[in-house]
Amino acid sequence: MTDQAQILPGTLDLLILRAVSLGPLHGYGILLRIGQISGNALLIEQGALYPGLFRLVRQGLLKTEWGTSENNRKAKYYELTATGRKRLQQETDNWNRLVAAIGSALSPQPEEA
Amino acid sequence: MKVLDSLRSLFHRSQVDSEVEEELRAHIALRADDLESTGMSRAQAERRARIEFGGQEKFREECHEARGGNFMETVVNDARYSLRVLWKSPGFTAAAVLTLALGIGANAVVFGVLNSLILRPLDVPQTESLFMVKHGNDIGGGQSYPDYLDLRDRNRTFDDLAAYSITVAGFDTGENPSRTWLYEASGNYFDSLRVQPYLGRFFHASDEHGPNSAPYVVLSYAYWHDHFQDDRNVLGRMVQVDKHPFTIIGVAPPGFHGTLLFGYPDFWIPMVNQDQVDGISWLDARGTRNVFMVLGHLKPGVTHAQAVADLNAIGAYLDKSYPQEHGKTTYELARPELYGDYMGRPVRAFLTALMVLAGLILLAACANLGSLFAARAMDRSREVALRLALGSSRRRILRQLFTEALLISLVGGALGLVGSLGLLRWLGSWQPVPRYPLHVPVAPDAKVYVVALLLAVVSGLLFGIVPVRQVLRTDPYQIVKAGEGGGKGKRLTLRDVLLVVQIAICAVLVTSSLVAVRGLVRSLHSDFGFNPQNAMLVGTVLDMAGYRGEAVTVMQKRMIHAFEGIPGVTSVGLIDWAPLANGDVQRSVIFTDETTDLRRANAVATPVTFAISPGYFQAAGTTLLEGRSFTWHDDARVPHVAVVNREFARKLFGTSVGAVGRYFKLNDGTRVEIVGMVEDGKYHSLTEDADAAIFLPFVQLVAPVSGSSLVLRSERDPRQLAVAVQSTMRDLDPGLPYDVQSWNQELDLALFAPRVATISLGVLGVMGAMLSITGIFGMAAYSVSRRLRELGIRIALGAQRKEVLQAALGRAVKLLAVGSVAGLILGLLATKVLALIVFEASPRDPVVLAGVVLAMSLLGVLATWIPAQRALSIDPLRLLREE
Repeated sequence: MTDQAQILPGTLDLLILRAVSLGPLHGYGILLRIGQISGNALLIEQGALYPGLFRLVRQGLLKTEWGTSENNRKAKYYELTATGRKRLQQETDNWNRLVAAIGSALSPQPEEA
Repeated sequence: MKVLDSLRSLFHRSQVDSEVEEELRAHIALRADDLESTGMSRAQAERRARIEFGGQEKFREECHEARGGNFMETVVNDARYSLRVLWKSPGFTAAAVLTLALGIGANAVVFGVLNSLILRPLDVPQTESLFMVKHGNDIGGGQSYPDYLDLRDRNRTFDDLAAYSITVAGFDTGENPSRTWLYEASGNYFDSLRVQPYLGRFFHASDEHGPNSAPYVVLSYAYWHDHFQDDRNVLGRMVQVDKHPFTIIGVAPPGFHGTLLFGYPDFWIPMVNQDQVDGISWLDARGTRNVFMVLGHLKPGVTHAQAVADLNAIGAYLDKSYPQEHGKTTYELARPELYGDYMGRPVRAFLTALMVLAGLILLAACANLGSLFAARAMDRSREVALRLALGSSRRRILRQLFTEALLISLVGGALGLVGSLGLLRWLGSWQPVPRYPLHVPVAPDAKVYVVALLLAVVSGLLFGIVPVRQVLRTDPYQIVKAGEGGGKGKRLTLRDVLLVVQIAICAVLVTSSLVAVRGLVRSLHSDFGFNPQNAMLVGTVLDMAGYRGEAVTVMQKRMIHAFEGIPGVTSVGLIDWAPLANGDVQRSVIFTDETTDLRRANAVATPVTFAISPGYFQAAGTTLLEGRSFTWHDDARVPHVAVVNREFARKLFGTSVGAVGRYFKLNDGTRVEIVGMVEDGKYHSLTEDADAAIFLPFVQLVAPVSGSSLVLRSERDPRQLAVAVQSTMRDLDPGLPYDVQSWNQELDLALFAPRVATISLGVLGVMGAMLSITGIFGMAAYSVSRRLRELGIRIALGAQRKEVLQAALGRAVKLLAVGSVAGLILGLLATKVLALIVFEASPRDPVVLAGVVLAMSLLGVLATWIPAQRALSIDPLRLLREE
C-alpha cells in the first residue's frame, strides 16, 4: 500500500479511458483493471472514480448500459464511444510527449555531470 | 443544451439520484463480494467496502455536479436556503421587501405614465409619420379654415392634411339635452389617419358639399357604450346637436380617442357643419384661427426639412396673397398628441423630472438595503467563516447572498408592480376635472412589466454587491478564533458612505416636495386679477337651445337682470370666457390709432380679449385703476369703447399713465376709445407673465357670443344660491342646459397641473422621508446593538447619559447632518427645474430652507429615538452576566 503513488490531477480520466478501451466494464471493474494494468502502483480513492465517470459520460466519451456482472449483480457498464477512442489516442500522445519532455529535462545533463 | 440538460435532470432528480445510488451500491456490493472471497464474513466485508469507498455523501454531490445537473439545482437549493434564512428574520425581510416595493412601485407608476404619454403616442397606424402643422413663430397650431384648405391643397409633402377643432355642444337624443365635447373634423380626418370604424361608417371628404351639407355624427366607442348601451341599432338614428338634426352613421373603434392625448371627444361631426354648433360660420374667415389643429402623415421618404420648406413656400404665398391676415408666416412640424410643445414640453419636463426623482428613490432604497445587507453580512461573518472552513467555496457563498438579494428584490418588485398597476388603472379612469373631457390616458403594457422586472433585478444586484468585498476578505481562521470582526475603529466604511448618499437623496426629495407645496400654496393666494372667493359662475351656451343672432344678446340681458333680482346677490357680470377657466383665450390683433395700413405685420399687440357686461368688474372683483367701467349706454349705437389692463397700456403707449382717453384700432379698422384701465391678471395659466388684455362691451361685438359665463357675487351659502339660480333658469328657459359652479371649482383646470405636480412630489417626498427614517434607524439600531457591551462598560464606569448617547449615536447624527446638508444643496439646485411647472416655485425661500432642516432633524430624532432609548436603558450588570 505504502509504495502506491497518488495519481496526478487530470490523469484519472486518461486512466479510465484506457481501462475501458479494452472492453465494457462496470465501475468496480474499471478500478480493478486500472490496478491490473498499472501493476497496482496507483492509488485511487474508490468513490472518486464515479464523478470522473459521470463527467466523461457527459462529455460524450463514454456510453453506459445496465448489465449483469459475472457474480450475478446488476451493474452499470461503461464503453468507449468513437469520440472517446479518438480522445484516448490524443491524450495518450500528449502524455507521451509530456513524459518525454519532462524526462529529458530531469535526466542528468552532460555539462551538469 | 446545457441548460436543457440541467432542467431535465432537475425534474428527474429523484430518478437520477436513485440511479447514482444504485450504482454506488453495486460498487460496494461487488467489492464486498471480492473481500468475502478472501475469507471475511459478509458483514465485515460490507463494512470494509464502505470504508474503502470513502465519503459517500461527498461523492454523491460531486457526481451530481459532474453530470451537469447542478446549475438549476444549485439555484433552487440556494433559493430554498435563502427563503429559510429570510423567514428566520421576518422583520428584516419585511422591511427590505417593503422598501423595494415602494421604490419599484414608484418607478413603475412614473414609467407607466411616461410610457403612455411620451413613449407610446396615439393609437393610430404609423404614428411615426404623423405630424401637426404648427406656426414657426408661436407655440400654437391653430389655423384659419381657408388657410387650412390652402395648406391641404397646395402641399406636396403630405399624404393628406386633416383638420379638427374641439368644441362643446348640447347633444339631444330626445330626452334631456346633455353637454358633450366633440371634434369638428375635416371630411378626410378618419381616412387620412387610417382608422377603421368599429360600427357603421365614418364620414369622408366626398360627403362635404359646402356649409352644413353633412349632418353626420360618428360616436366615440365610450360614449356609445355609456349612453347607447352598445345598441347596434343606433346607426341611422336622428339626434339633435345644438337643436340641429344630425344622423348617427358610425362608431369609432375603442382605442381611438381622437388625436389629442388628454381630451377625449364624445363624438365627431364634419367641420363643414361647424356653423350649426358654433352659431357662427368661420369657414370663410381667413383672419381667425378657428381650426385647432392641422395634421397628416408625411409621404414616404419625405424628410422633416423638405416638409417644412414645402409648408413655408405656402406660407410665403399666403403672405403675398393675404397681407391683411398674414405677417411673416412660417411653419414647423410638431407631434400632435400633446399639441406640440404646448403641452408636450411641460409634460415631458415634468415626467422626466419625476422619473429622475423616482430613480433617486430606488437608489436610496438600494443604498438603504445595501447597508442593511452589509450589516447582516457582518453579523453573519461567523456563519460565513464556518462555511468556508467546512469547504464551501467563496463563490458559492456569494451566489447564495446574491440569491437572497434577488429574492427580496423580486418579491419587492412584484409587490410594487401590483400596487402600481392598481394606481395606474385608477389614473386611467380618473377624470380630474369633471366638466372637461380630461383623461390621463395610462394603460400599463408589457413594457411596464419588463421595466419593473429589470429594476428589481438591477437593484437586487446593486445592493447585493455591497457585502461582496466583506465576504471575499473573510479569513475563517481569524473570525472563528476572535469572534465576529471586532471594532474596526473610526474608519469610514462603505456603509457610512451609503447612508450619507441615501440621506442626501432623501433630503433632495424632501426639499423638492416642500418647494412644490409652497409654490402651490402661493399660487392659490396669488393675485389673479379677480377674486374667485364668494363668486359663482353660471355657464350657458345659448345656441345649444337654438338662440341665434339678436336673440342671444336679449336672452343674456334677461339672465343678468334676473340674477340681479336674486336676494343676497350683490353684483352680476357676464363674460364670454372666464379667465383661467379653460386653457383657451381669444386674442385680437391691435394697431395704433395712427396705423392706416392694417396688415398683420404692422400690428402692435395681440392682447387677450374679453367681451363683458357693465357689471363684470364689480362682480369679478377686478380693481378699476383709472377711468370708468362700461354702462348699458355703451351699446352698438355709440362709438366703440374698451377697458384695458395696465400691461396693454404699457405695451401700446410705453407707459400706463394717461392711457385713458386715447384710441387704438381693431383689425377691421374700428377705432376704439380707452375709457378705463384695470389691474393686470392671470388669463391663460397661473404661470404666465403679465399679458396684455382688453375688455370690450359684449353688446358692441359684431356677432353675439353664445357661450358665456355669468359671475354672481354673493355672501350667501353657495348651495342655497345654486338652488335660487336653478329656479331662475327654469323660469327663463327650461330647455337651456347650463352649469353652476363656484369660481374656485372652475379654477380646477388651471390648478390641475400644479396640483398634480405637488401631489406627486409630495408623495415622493414622503417616500424619501420614510426611507431616510428606516435608513437612519437601521444604522443607529445596528451601531447600538453592536456596541452594547462597550456601552454597558461605559455606564458601569459612570458615564453620563449624554456621553452614552454621544458614543452610541454620535456617528449616526453626524452622518445625518452631512447627508442632509448635501441633499439640501442638491435639492435647491434641482428645484430650478420645478419652476417650469409649479408656479412661484422658488428654492431660495427661507420657509423651505427652515422646513427642510426641521424635517430632517425631526426624521433624525424619530429614527434614533428607539435606539437611543435602548442605549440608555442598558443594564450593565445584566449585560455583563450574559456575556
